[in-house]
Amino acid sequence: MDHPEVAIELKDVWKTFARASGPTLAGMDLAVRRGSIHVLLGHSGTGKSVTLKHMLGLIEPDRGEIRIAGEPLDSADEVRLREIRRHFGMLFQSSALFDSLSVFDNVAFPLREHRPEWGEERIAARVEELLGLVELPDIGEEMPSDLSGGMRKRVGLARAIALEPDILLFDEPTTGLDPVTSHVIDDLIVKTTRDLGATSFIISHDIHAALRIADVISFLWQGKILESGSPDEFRRSSSDPIRRILRSAGVNE
Amino acid sequence: MTTKPVAAKANESFWRQLTVGRLAGLGRITIFGTSSVAWMFKRPSRVNLVVDEMEFVGNQSLFIVCLTAGFTGAVFAYQSYLALKLVGTESLVGTSVAIALARELGPVMTGLVVTGRAGAAMAAKLGIMRVTEQIDALEVMAVSPKQYLVGPKIVASIFSLPLLTAIFGLLGNLGAYLVAVYVCGIDAGIYVAKLKYYLYPWDVYHGLIKAAVFGGVLSLIGCYKGYTARNGAEGVGRATNEAVVYSMVTILILDYFLSVLLPSGYRTQG
Repeated sequence: MDHPEVAIELKDVWKTFARASGPTLAGMDLAVRRGSIHVLLGHSGTGKSVTLKHMLGLIEPDRGEIRIAGEPLDSADEVRLREIRRHFGMLFQSSALFDSLSVFDNVAFPLREHRPEWGEERIAARVEELLGLVELPDIGEEMPSDLSGGMRKRVGLARAIALEPDILLFDEPTTGLDPVTSHVIDDLIVKTTRDLGATSFIISHDIHAALRIADVISFLWQGKILESGSPDEFRRSSSDPIRRILRSAGVNE
Repeated sequence: MTTKPVAAKANESFWRQLTVGRLAGLGRITIFGTSSVAWMFKRPSRVNLVVDEMEFVGNQSLFIVCLTAGFTGAVFAYQSYLALKLVGTESLVGTSVAIALARELGPVMTGLVVTGRAGAAMAAKLGIMRVTEQIDALEVMAVSPKQYLVGPKIVASIFSLPLLTAIFGLLGNLGAYLVAVYVCGIDAGIYVAKLKYYLYPWDVYHGLIKAAVFGGVLSLIGCYKGYTARNGAEGVGRATNEAVVYSMVTILILDYFLSVLLPSGYRTQG
């Protein structure tokens, strides 16, 4: 994972699902710069989550190429794919905490799996540190079902960064949260990305959050990237679909 | 002129879907099962998870298996007594119950009971994990869900079912003995002597082998249905329902073929 410039690259990626009326991804090109916070915006059902799953190798494209730090995913066998995934941390839309494990065990899970040589004492110290980082220091014994949506997201974030990944992926990190909690999550995303020196790729339809935290915003439209640029460039875009979505969110009005 | 070809085509499509679709499904579940078990031979070791699953599949099924076994043996002994008495061979009640329990009733009833309890739970648990992205989370954390979730359940079931079947056999025979001796009035000495004379070790092995196969089948179907569940709560419900129905039907069909294929006490003793 030592490619200097581009952390994630999609080249002319096509994907059509069975029973779908048309392609979900139709020649998508995307480059996520190393060390940046890159937000992919788009309406519901435009293929944002599909894009994310392609990056993780959970879905194979019909055509096109996906590279992680310069390494093509399609030539990676199952073992190599797992090694590549060790460089990812992901916060799921539903948080995807293991509901049979306590908060502590959820955060400790990747450490026990990939750092067994640390021993329980060091793992416990790291879990406490991570829970402190997401400002939830005393909830280790709680079960995920006892937590609010915002708390679950923060625990999910603690688990995602446990192994200090190079790339952080976020699937709709603030969906369903109140504005105050959304701000807290956004701030945590920026802080952890900068602290780890990681690359963050976020899929979202929260335009205000994107404009606030992104280094680069890409807009997904009809299966491909309509435009990519800084938040200011995005705000000044003359593209009709982007103007419409900005207007609907009350931006530039 | 036009309706016949359309009807023929629809008919052909139906049969094609029925055969090719079923064969493709069989292929998918076979690949799923073999790859899951193959993962168990790779590092890291998941022996602790197998032990946990054996506690769930085996130990937690013990009470219901014991209960079922006692009453199955009792009622089978009673009905056998009524039938055998007609031809004056009621002293063979113990033998008929013991052979039936060892070769058929033990493994089949245990398989059905464990399907209803553990097989359904496997499908429901994996289904919920699938629709709430917990299985995707394992993948992203570079942990094989097949190695972590599926393999231990299959291996644990293959080992647990023969143990449960052995216990079923013991409790079933105990229930039969109590009814035969204390309700039907058969002499205890004759009951035991005939049982020991006619029941061969291969009758027991026959049942234990079947039980191991049934354990593999019910856990494989339960895990596969849960692992491939889609569409939220409704999908999980459907997966659980299908897991139970398919497992029970498969166990009953397989039981016939295994009965024919596996050696039994009669043959090995000549």
